[in-house]
Amino acid sequence: MAPVLEVSGLNTIVQSREGIVRAVQDVSFSVEAGKTLAIVGESGCGKTMTALSLMRLVPSPPVKITAGSVKVAGVDLLSLTEREMRDVRGRDIAMIFQEPMTALNPVLTVGYQIAEMVSMHEKLSKKAAWDRAVDMMRHVRIPAPERRAQEYPHQMSGGMRQRAMIAMALACRPKVLIADEPTTALDVTIQAQVLDLIKDLQTEMGTAVVLITHDLGVVAETADRMIVMYAGRKVEEGTTAALFADPLHPYLRGLMGSVPRMGGTAQRLQEISGIVPPLVNLPPGCTFADRCSMVRDRCRTDVPPFTEKRSDHAAACWETA
Amino acid sequence: MTALLQVEGLRKTYPLKSGFLSRVHEMVHAVDGLDFQVQAGQTLGLVGESGCGKSTVGRTVLRLVEPTGGAIKFEGVDLASLSRGQMRMLRQRMQIVFQDPFSSLNPRMKAGAIVAESLNAFAVGTAAERKDRVAHLFERVGLTPRQMGMYPHQFSGGQRQRIAIARALAPGPSFIVADEPVSALDVSVQAQVINLLMDLQAQDGLAYLFISHNLAVVEHVCHDVAVMYLGRIVEYTSKNRLFSRPLHPYTKALMAAVPIPDPSLKREKQHIGGDVPSPINRPSGCHFHPRCPMAQARCRTEDPVLREVEGGHRVACHLV
Repeated sequence: MAPVLEVSGLNTIVQSREGIVRAVQDVSFSVEAGKTLAIVGESGCGKTMTALSLMRLVPSPPVKITAGSVKVAGVDLLSLTEREMRDVRGRDIAMIFQEPMTALNPVLTVGYQIAEMVSMHEKLSKKAAWDRAVDMMRHVRIPAPERRAQEYPHQMSGGMRQRAMIAMALACRPKVLIADEPTTALDVTIQAQVLDLIKDLQTEMGTAVVLITHDLGVVAETADRMIVMYAGRKVEEGTTAALFADPLHPYLRGLMGSVPRMGGTAQRLQEISGIVPPLVNLPPGCTFADRCSMVRDRCRTDVPPFTEKRSDHAAACWETA
Repeated sequence: MTALLQVEGLRKTYPLKSGFLSRVHEMVHAVDGLDFQVQAGQTLGLVGESGCGKSTVGRTVLRLVEPTGGAIKFEGVDLASLSRGQMRMLRQRMQIVFQDPFSSLNPRMKAGAIVAESLNAFAVGTAAERKDRVAHLFERVGLTPRQMGMYPHQFSGGQRQRIAIARALAPGPSFIVADEPVSALDVSVQAQVINLLMDLQAQDGLAYLFISHNLAVVEHVCHDVAVMYLGRIVEYTSKNRLFSRPLHPYTKALMAAVPIPDPSLKREKQHIGGDVPSPINRPSGCHFHPRCPMAQARCRTEDPVLREVEGGHRVACHLV
């Protein structure tokens, strides 16, 4: 099956006072309809910047997409005008954010905001758009949607607000949904509900989902494929099962060893020493070299190529075969 | 054996004022009658979702927030009987590390001065001795004495949390409240800080009250665990018992909701619905009954008490 979303050679830079920050470097991936791709990494690895680049929501200047293409059903979003892009957002590709309180407008009712989104893309009467909003809120299992639609974001709980965001994002049945840490701000019982909801809607609508998260547990339970990002670059890619069974990049190995697991033994947690390097003036070679236990001379001078090490499982590392 | 920290019937309510002459209309029941104890050199985990009152507990046992009711005994001393001055002196023995290392360090003080502050306040030793002690503390938490002259913004999140830990260690406490100490950190850095806390416990025999919403972290660091829901403890036992045989339906739901980082485990999970209710208008009877898959008529009317069901395993549920 042809992928719905195809990203290739994406490069995004941020011009800062300290110099040019290469936030996203040569990132490529694709997602098929109804599938979930997880982008995994820690703060500053470029995962959110990648998401914002796909939506073309980066503030420019200082941020600039310098190369690459983002194709949704064959159309390159980076070649569209801003006017055309506005039609695409919400209709073909939509996004939900980590903090629904800041993503929703506090002075408009939730129903109004969803209806507004619908009427931007479809010729509907005010009444019909409102009904669609209420319908959608029922769809995301918000209790008493007729009443809730007339409420403001602050009157809802965090989980409810995230449901409202999902209702808005999926109201026009987009082909691609980008979910940027959608459950990080939620309690675990609510997180489970929201993840179940996204999965159900995805199955029903055949949406391709790009899930951005730092939580390996969430990845394991929801994603079909995953890519691991570090300091703006993709360092590993493959099916979720393969990456968990046989992580190749020392960074992913370290990440997996550093997460305490329920039911695990009380061994000492594995640490990854040091911190993510600042993305300004990155050293030559592998960006992980300073924290890597397997580092060799070559790692400090040459960037390791992203190559397939197993069938459908690739990594950027000189040392792992 | 008497416990290092013994808490009985701890309560904290906040009045909600509104309307004419600021009349008290409603009460927020943040902490509602808690009994627990922390043994010397051990870690008690306090786990629950946002709004369950776990952070309020951490603050009330240090009397950073005055409790509304209940007794707190630390090293045999009843804290309620102490004056402010005496309480201040006792805080050399009981310290706290907060969640957010960005807001808990004064941005205008150098890291060394932040750690030295309590030593200065309690006038420990001479100035030179204090400086040596700070340098030593920096080394113990994995920083270098060279970094004493730097400001908080020059450190990463994990390093800042190390400064906060050094500050807590400075006066030589036997007990530290760790309020979500790793929640704001990246996973790889989380591991560094968890290991540090456990090393310090092994070396100094520190006791922790470890407050967290993360069950996996709690299982990793704690000896005993108390699960809180809406201001009350619903289950309280040793870590091993809790994780091998959870009894309260809320504990079970919480464990089922934690995503497991292993894609080969395809669990068919039953997730509980609903939101955590507000601590202002709490459900009648068992506070968990509107979300509980096993709820019966009795749960709606009668408060379950926390009682021992098996050796050292206490549960507040009518059905267990």
